[in-house]
Amino acid sequence: MIGALALLGPVLPGGVPTPSALRPAAPQAAGLESLWWFMLWTCTAVFLVVLAVLAYAMLRPRTEEPPARRAAEIITAAAAVSVVILFAFLIATMATSRKNPNEPRPTDRIVQIIGHQWWWEVHYPGARPDELVISANEIHLPAGRDVVLDLTSADVIHSFWAPNLHGKRDLIPGRHNFFRLRPENVGTYRGQCAEFCGYQHAHMGFIVFVESPDKFEEYLASQRKPAAEPVSADASRGRQVFLTNPCVTCHTIRGTGASGTNAPDLTHLASRRTIAAATVDNTAGHLGGWIADSQGVKPGNHMPPHLVSSEDLLALVAYLRSLS
Amino acid sequence: MSPRERTQPADPRPAPPESPASRRPAGPPPDLGALERSWGTPRGLWGSLATVDHKRIGKRYIATALVFFALGGIEAFLIRLQLSRPESTLLNPDLYNQIFTMHGTTMMFLFAVPVMEGIGIYFVPLLVGTRNVAFPKLNAFGYWMYLFGGLFLYGGFALNAGPDAGWFAYTPLSGPQYSPGHRLDIWSQMITFTELSALIVAIELIVTIFKQRAPGMSLQRIPLFVWAMLVTMCMIILAMPAVMLGSGMLLLDRSTGTQFFNPSEDGDHLLWQHLFWFFGHPEVYIIFIPGLGMISAVIPAFARRKVFGYPAMVLSLITTAFMGFGLWVHHMFAVGLPPLGNSFFTAASMIIALPTGVQIFCWIATLWGSRPRFEPPFAFIVSFFVVFILGGMTGLMLGSTSLDLQLHDTFFVVAHLHYVLIGGAVFPLFGALHYWFPKMTGRTLDRAMGFWTAALLFVGFNLTFFPMHLLGLRGMPRRVYTYLPGTGWGPLNALASVGAVIIAASVLVFLANAIGSRKRAAAAADPWEAETLEWTTASPPPSYNYARIPVVTSRTPGWDVAKGDVGEVVNMRDDLREVLVCRPLDGEPEHREQLPGPSLWPLALAITVTISFIGSVFSPLWFVVGLILCVPPIVGWYWPEGARERPGLEKAA
Repeated sequence: MIGALALLGPVLPGGVPTPSALRPAAPQAAGLESLWWFMLWTCTAVFLVVLAVLAYAMLRPRTEEPPARRAAEIITAAAAVSVVILFAFLIATMATSRKNPNEPRPTDRIVQIIGHQWWWEVHYPGARPDELVISANEIHLPAGRDVVLDLTSADVIHSFWAPNLHGKRDLIPGRHNFFRLRPENVGTYRGQCAEFCGYQHAHMGFIVFVESPDKFEEYLASQRKPAAEPVSADASRGRQVFLTNPCVTCHTIRGTGASGTNAPDLTHLASRRTIAAATVDNTAGHLGGWIADSQGVKPGNHMPPHLVSSEDLLALVAYLRSLS
Repeated sequence: MSPRERTQPADPRPAPPESPASRRPAGPPPDLGALERSWGTPRGLWGSLATVDHKRIGKRYIATALVFFALGGIEAFLIRLQLSRPESTLLNPDLYNQIFTMHGTTMMFLFAVPVMEGIGIYFVPLLVGTRNVAFPKLNAFGYWMYLFGGLFLYGGFALNAGPDAGWFAYTPLSGPQYSPGHRLDIWSQMITFTELSALIVAIELIVTIFKQRAPGMSLQRIPLFVWAMLVTMCMIILAMPAVMLGSGMLLLDRSTGTQFFNPSEDGDHLLWQHLFWFFGHPEVYIIFIPGLGMISAVIPAFARRKVFGYPAMVLSLITTAFMGFGLWVHHMFAVGLPPLGNSFFTAASMIIALPTGVQIFCWIATLWGSRPRFEPPFAFIVSFFVVFILGGMTGLMLGSTSLDLQLHDTFFVVAHLHYVLIGGAVFPLFGALHYWFPKMTGRTLDRAMGFWTAALLFVGFNLTFFPMHLLGLRGMPRRVYTYLPGTGWGPLNALASVGAVIIAASVLVFLANAIGSRKRAAAAADPWEAETLEWTTASPPPSYNYARIPVVTSRTPGWDVAKGDVGEVVNMRDDLREVLVCRPLDGEPEHREQLPGPSLWPLALAITVTISFIGSVFSPLWFVVGLILCVPPIVGWYWPEGARERPGLEKAA
């Protein structure tokens, strides 16, 4: 399918459609969309009327100054109409805002999102602490269920924004912001950091996968498992390369000794469609390119360059590709 | 430098005017030579550095601000070049972040506010009929601080130490941990320079407007442009301290280990955002209220009648300024503040549209059936209506706490802010520059080139910024150095970049027009037949502005002078720098005040303060050193100039 889309033109990594605030896939975004159209058409009408009156005022033949009293009455009336329109906007705004309460209820599913320069750490807390699932940059959500995102940041301020689902909400270090979503339509949606956060603000994307609740539970179950044992000789050597290099200081692969937390959890890396915060597709080529020259892909990112031989690199890629 | 001799012959109505016999001023005729000796600036380098003439300092502000406008424009052009196609490698992210930060910082701090201040410094004394601003030496000091602050910022940029955390410099990105080095220190200290300068201008103009108006210019006769400047200057006094405090705290966090913005030490990142936007939103009004004043100054000359609804216009300006301080949180709707508080700021953001709406309605009433003369300044005013009203409409959308969640921090906001700031400030500014150019320089601008400037600016502007609304709705965030090809944002960005070329062409035509004016004929004193006082003196005005201080009896003193229906103050001293001080409300004369003459001490103090400010970027000790260095210039500044004479006051007419 991704190949077919490629024929139509460039697609976003992971074969995700381009985002749009005007193609809502959740009631939150739909409410904002109706408010948008209401304000847009009202404002357009006012804009055109004012400009038409202005043009008429200037193009009329020259006359005496309009009688002050009459002009004052008309201006007062125009101001009164403006106040009515402004109040309509205010009431529509407050009605929309009331429909979208963000505070979590005890029954809500919580998904924690922690912003990092320049990637997203995703936690799905389970009933027990050992059921916690940790992933990065790709967020799976059940369709038709309320989910409350618990947003915070590990470094600077970021902002979570998937236009098709809802507006945006900031991730602020030292604070927790709650953000309620109820994605209705199954599909994939692209989002991006919306608060300037340094060098790679431009490449801090994410993908939201909205799945049927059953598929979502399946996803969580598969993600809870520890990393797959390598089956090929190449992959075994790759694991050795991973564990004997500085990779382990930042990355975690559960089931091995690697338990760094500064960078994305790689336990199920191969199950993700993209790497580098939804910047490139998760293919062997991109993965190898990223390990060898991540600074060429995302200049300024926090992954240092690693000098590994080409055989080691191939083995490492083979191992990471096996982590489904 | 004695403009009087050069232009006096070209003045069709040399002062004193042909007054009717009943109003002919008594007393000796003004000794123009003595006035020029008292008020003139000495020739040569010393004169240039020591001048305290508000016209020369005002022109310096305007010229310096226009240079920064050009630099900010070049940065904007590079931004558009980089974004014209996906994954462009023209600029790396480090350079891009510096350039967009420099663009915002330059346009807000070094262009928009100072250029309005410069126009105020030049024209407020002329419009209120006095000979200089209230504190001439302070005025000179303020300019030097502004200049040195701007040079400091660009010096840092040239040495690869340009700020790179955005013009809003949110912590913790701008804090010691995520922005090591001196880039953000330079930015913070540049704020101190420029805001100090802004506060100085505010104090001067407020005192000048309240105390130095020509006799008879009671509150209800103050020109609307002067009202706009008065309101703006009051806003500066209330808004600028917030950002100076914020940038001072940021500098302390960065250099001395305070923890104002560190949540793990009970600091708070939102404190910065509140302080910044408590300044940052009024800043928008500080930039565009002078623009509204310029429109009220230009329209009557071309509609050939007074602006309709003067009291409503004045009250609208004051209301806008007042409310302007009550909506800063609409920049923070996404940070997760309580919904009730957000709703309050939504209500405030909506209702502030009303006073500006009333002004627009009053201008329409003024133009109703006036068949305005269509000259270049007026072309910019017409563009203003189209662009600014559109920007106001998108402002309502951004003011909605719900809808803003989609639009905030996207290219929709980039479009909106340029529609209101270029629409509300740059179009009126260009209109005002075309309008006042003959007065300031004594030369005329070419009419056709003026129309070309207006047309190219209008077309280029809309081509650049209109597509950005759509980009924002399609998910393009602000401040990204590039974007992926699959986003589909390429074509609209390319279109916007083409528009930027047209804007550049418009500015170049204006530049050519201004340079070419040197060869054109000398301007008349009153080329537009306008109603305010500045048109009753020569173009350019002599060093003392008016041979005799006019007595104002109506809201349209310029038209009164044209009819010969005006009185003048006599028995002012020609041999001293003497100004008339009047009561703030009714403009009745109170006493005469002697103003200081040219002095090098403002420059000397500016240099020592600059040493202190720049040094403190590297070590807090420099603050102490700088304080000691400042003592000699301060002593020199206040050294008595000799006894002042205060003879009795007489007035004619």
